[in-house]
Order: sequence, then structure tokens, then C-alpha cells
Amino acid sequence: MKLNERSLAFYATCDSPADNAGFLYKRGERHTAYHRRWFVLKGNMLFYFEERESREPVGVIVLEGCTVELCDSAEEFTFAIRFSGAKSRTYVLAAESQAAMESWVKSLSRASFDYMRLVVRELEKQLEEMRWGPAGGCGGCQGSPTSWKPKPSGLERSLERLPPLPAVLPKENGCAVWNNVPEADRPPDTSGCSRYDSEGNPRLPPLPLRRRASSSEVGSTGAAVAESTSTFCQLHERYGREVAQLRQDWLERR
Amino acid sequence: MRYNERELLSLARQPAEKAAEILMRLPKKGSVLKKRLVKLVVNFLFYFRTDESEPIGALLLEHCRIAKEEENVFSISFIEEPERKYCFECDSEEQCREWIEALKRASYEFMRRSLIFYRNEIQKMTGKDPLEQFGISEEARFQLGTRK
Repeated sequence: MKLNERSLAFYATCDSPADNAGFLYKRGERHTAYHRRWFVLKGNMLFYFEERESREPVGVIVLEGCTVELCDSAEEFTFAIRFSGAKSRTYVLAAESQAAMESWVKSLSRASFDYMRLVVRELEKQLEEMRWGPAGGCGGCQGSPTSWKPKPSGLERSLERLPPLPAVLPKENGCAVWNNVPEADRPPDTSGCSRYDSEGNPRLPPLPLRRRASSSEVGSTGAAVAESTSTFCQLHERYGREVAQLRQDWLERR
Repeated sequence: MRYNERELLSLARQPAEKAAEILMRLPKKGSVLKKRLVKLVVNFLFYFRTDESEPIGALLLEHCRIAKEEENVFSISFIEEPERKYCFECDSEEQCREWIEALKRASYEFMRRSLIFYRNEIQKMTGKDPLEQFGISEEARFQLGTRK
């Protein structure tokens, strides 16, 4: 299969910022000797060069669909890029320090286009819902032409694939910060599994009470908003009711 | 350049964002338009002979320019060689427009810029960084400014 190699090489070496770069030892395919190479991660492509100053990469690993794991190896700081499917090659790499290894494992495990797309669509949806209102649960997300049903555990799967690194401090579900009523007994959400409800739709926090009053920002076609240009009090009242209802639903579903 | 062909072939078999039979011409001198099955998967454009299951080739769609050429025709060229164009002739103007739209959005870099944009918008509206709930707000690839 032909690849546009010249363009690939250009992409690898041009001055667009890399998502990670550094020396790693790469274990050979047939011989288990490690070779020190200069690695550059851009997007979902992991390029490797013989030397840092080399003008062209020796090779590239397309990272789509890979998993990244720590290795139990005699060598220190090793990790592997693994692909599913029989006869798939596993790339074993070794960093030069614990910190470098962690940095690479983190950036590689989130390097896929799929993952990026997941996050973008989640944010897109959050923004939509902020502007147009929740429109009855997840009805709002049906509108887009390339309508994407959020996979129930897509984000958790990505998160699960991460090896046990020093964990991010347990964050309360995004609701907490917008929830003005202190919830005494709510445990922090560490696993992320309550981020999705039983239908597999991401749970969203209630709309913040503080809202931009400018109707041009909120948009003129959202039915929920259009009729309410009367007074701020009425607006406030209506959103207040929405929020209370949402909060109620959310509490019930947890 | 070495690459993990097996994985790329496997990617070519994944469900496509967009696929169609389109006439395609390579940038090589003397090339003619040939009917190909063209398939967009993540940031790769695969092209197959219409009766084969393995692609003839793949284009990584980063740092490329998608341009409308004459009627029903669009081209893909890469930033370092803008005159070297892959040409595609569609069945209709509408199909042509749809492909141009889809391909312009197909790069990882485009996706990254969208993410940063949405992140910013949400942060402006709520004062909160929406990436915090995923624990990825410090990731280099999501930063606004210059990265490493």
C-alpha cells in the first residue's frame, strides 16, 4: 500500500508543535536489542528518527486503535504499544526515567483520533446544551447530521486503558461546582462510571443559574428562549425551574 | 519509511466517515482519471480499486489543502508541494461540496483546534474548564499556546 511518504516526512519534521518528543529505546522486532531513537508524537502518529537531527524519520507508528501498557521487564521504564488482532506487532519502548515513561504513556494512550473526537463531541454537546437548553434530555443531540450516539463507556474505556499512574485527585462530578446547594453526603466520583446514565447518555450538570442575558448569544431559534425576551425575572424564574427539575432528575438517577 | 502496515490495513476496513466511488487521478505526470473506491477513516483517505478489498494507497490528511477545481472536481495537495495535486471528479456538485467539507474537517489538527475552541467557549460561559472532569486539562495537546 502506498503512503504519501513525502508529506508524512514533512509533517514529522516541520515546525508544527509536537505533542511529545524525546529519546526512547525501541526494542527490535527480531533481535531483542534496544536501539535509541528520537521519537516525535504528532497527533495519532508516532515518528522515530535515527538521530534528533535526522532529516527524515526511519519509521512511523500509526497509533489508531492501540493500547498502551506498562511492562514487566528486566529493563527499567519499559512500556508497550499494543494492537489487537493476530500477528499484530507489539512495540516495546523504554524511557530514560520514570517521569519520561509516565509522560509518554499518558500522551500515547490519548493520542488516537477517536479519543480526540470523543472529547470534541462531548464538549460540542455541552456547548449546544448551554446555548439551547437541554431540550428534553438528550433530544438536542439528535440534530447533527453526522449524528453520533455516545458509546456508553467510550470515555471510561479510554480512561481504563491508562495504567495506574499517580491518579488525578478524585474530582466531584462536574455538577458539584454548579450546584449551589451543598450536598452533604455525596461521595466523590472517582471511577467516572456515574458520568453516564442508564441509557448511555452522558449526564450533564444542571445549567448554571448565571446566564448571559444577551439573546443574540443564546440564539434566536431555540424555542425555549425565543418567547422569553420579556423580563429578566421571568427568564430567571423559568431557568430556575428548569435547573431545579434537572437537579431533581440527576439526584434520582445517581 | 517503515510503518505498521497491518494496522493501517485494519484501519482501512473500519466503518468510514464517508465512502464513495469517485474518479481519481494521481499527481504523477500522465496520470488519468480512474474509478476508485475512496474511503475516509479518521485522518486517512484510503483508495481502492473498486473490486479489491485492500487499498492501493492511503493519504494522511494533515497539513493538506482541499480545493475546488473545475465543475464536480476537487483536489488534495500538501503544504510542502502545493502543485502536486490528487484530483477527484465527483458525480455532482453536491457530492463534490460534501467531500470538500468532510475532508477539511478530517485532520487531527482541525479536531484539536475545535476542541480548544469549545473548551474556551465553555470556560468563558461557565468559568469552569470542561476538561477538568476528564482529568486531562494539563495535556499538552489541549493547550492553547505553543506546545513542546
